[in-house]
Amino acid sequence: MHEIVIISGKGGAGKTSISGAFAHLAKKAILCDLDVDAPDLHLLLAPKHRAEEAFISGNEATIAPERCTACGQCQDVCRFNAIVEKDDVYSVNPILCEGCKVCVTLCPAQAIDFPDKHCGQWYVSDTRFGTLVHAQLFPGEENSGRLVTLLKQKARAIAEEQGLDLVVCDGSPGIGCPVISSMAGTDLAVVVTEPTPSGLHDLKRVAELCQGFRSTVAVLINKWDINPEMSDEIEAWCKANGHSVICRFPHSRMVVDAMLVREVLTEFENGPLSQQLKKAWSDITAMLDTK
Amino acid sequence: MIYAVASGKGGTGKTTITSSLAALWNAPVTCVDLDVEEPNLHLFLNPAITSEDKAYIEVPVADEEKCTLCRACVDICQFKAISIMADTLLVFPEMCHGCGGCLEVCPAGALTPGQRELGEICRGSVDDSRFIMGRLRIGEAMSPPLMRLIRQEFPALQEQGDILIDAPPGVSCPAINAVMDADCIVLVTEPTPFGFHDFKLAWEAFGPLNIPMGAVINRAGMGDDSVQNFCRDNDIPIWAEIPYSRAVAEAYSKGEIITKSLESMREPFTQLHSSMKAAARSKTEVQHA
Repeated sequence: MHEIVIISGKGGAGKTSISGAFAHLAKKAILCDLDVDAPDLHLLLAPKHRAEEAFISGNEATIAPERCTACGQCQDVCRFNAIVEKDDVYSVNPILCEGCKVCVTLCPAQAIDFPDKHCGQWYVSDTRFGTLVHAQLFPGEENSGRLVTLLKQKARAIAEEQGLDLVVCDGSPGIGCPVISSMAGTDLAVVVTEPTPSGLHDLKRVAELCQGFRSTVAVLINKWDINPEMSDEIEAWCKANGHSVICRFPHSRMVVDAMLVREVLTEFENGPLSQQLKKAWSDITAMLDTK
Repeated sequence: MIYAVASGKGGTGKTTITSSLAALWNAPVTCVDLDVEEPNLHLFLNPAITSEDKAYIEVPVADEEKCTLCRACVDICQFKAISIMADTLLVFPEMCHGCGGCLEVCPAGALTPGQRELGEICRGSVDDSRFIMGRLRIGEAMSPPLMRLIRQEFPALQEQGDILIDAPPGVSCPAINAVMDADCIVLVTEPTPFGFHDFKLAWEAFGPLNIPMGAVINRAGMGDDSVQNFCRDNDIPIWAEIPYSRAVAEAYSKGEIITKSLESMREPFTQLHSSMKAAARSKTEVQHA
């Protein structure tokens, strides 16, 4: 079983457009959108939900006013400034509450309830390229790392059921909690970058994270022709650090044009752009075969 | 006043907008990069960095000798940061959220405060404005604690002028943490299906904060009208539309501040600046009414 995660460090580098094309080219893979915070892959794949489940994770403190004696101890012990006091009435700001249970445990009046938190929904769906496992956190929620882990486990289980040996994941931007969870157990990270100071800076950070997970890094430079010198610099950095550059993809309006008609690029055109992505995909599968 | 530049989708141009605003801000301002996972503002502002300080979160350190295996710490910890295996107390510092619960409940004094490195906080200046950036340690999962340390400095910084925040992308806890202190939020989006979808999520996520919001549509003209229509239907003011141009993309790719290198960009940003100021004023007037 192989697992590929498409990440970037920097947001907006083109992860989802590339992921969509790879989903099309993979033919036999389980697809997974691990950007649970702001997922976009479903916009290209038009999934039909086969199963939907609530994502329950963590808890949230709520003060029962009828039991609260207004002693203020909860406010003293909360390290997240989540306890609000107004006119001697105490309440919890749910945005700040970390769900740590300290106030619940230490409240002398046992006036604080600790209900489970429904943080979002996750889905198993059918798409024209196969099964997609995806989710949507409710806006402002956390625990995205746990949800990412859950989606990956589900995707692998479905791959086994269907006798497939590949999972292709669209990752999220950054290097924090959701990305770290995305990287666990991944064979290959495809890092999509762009030839800008931010693109190179963020590539270096995310590549270092991948090395910590001992994942192979393959770099795709998107919009390379916006700044050819910077693209050369990125390529030189990749070479010096043992990362292969699998594709220099040009800046093209066609990426947005394809998105507007809800198609992936390799469906939308069959010219040089698609040829490049097909070549990149065959290089990726060759890299997996050596693992 | 505190101004935050945010967006649901990554790569819509938050840093472009923030650096351009910083360049024309006509009052004392501190530029703060709260996109601690991937801070990029410094690449455009090129501040002179005067200090780099490591930042830490308090995590427990276990003293096995004193532990009575009573499990009080294991029971209170919601983050799987403490467990007892084979009669041994184990701490997993990377899982700890620093709530202090275990230290509070341990009856045997077996847990003492230690620390985990979150990353660093860099300070500096550029022209006559100040600059602060958080940079998360690679491998550190949690960005809100590092952001909290920087946000604690806001009251003191406000004494000295405005604060302009470059926020991380998305709509979950890091993004909310970055914008919650603001008097005004600028939502940067692009007129594409992805941009529109994430813009709606951001609007839903930030709406409950009751902070005045306005939209900036970057790369206008490259997609469709969904964002404009949504803003019109939901009374979201569009404070600026930055037309799509390869010249802007190329200037950005060279690390240039677009209002400095492209004459045509000055006017929309000057307008944006005054809309933001008016929106922030309206919030404080409501509070004092």
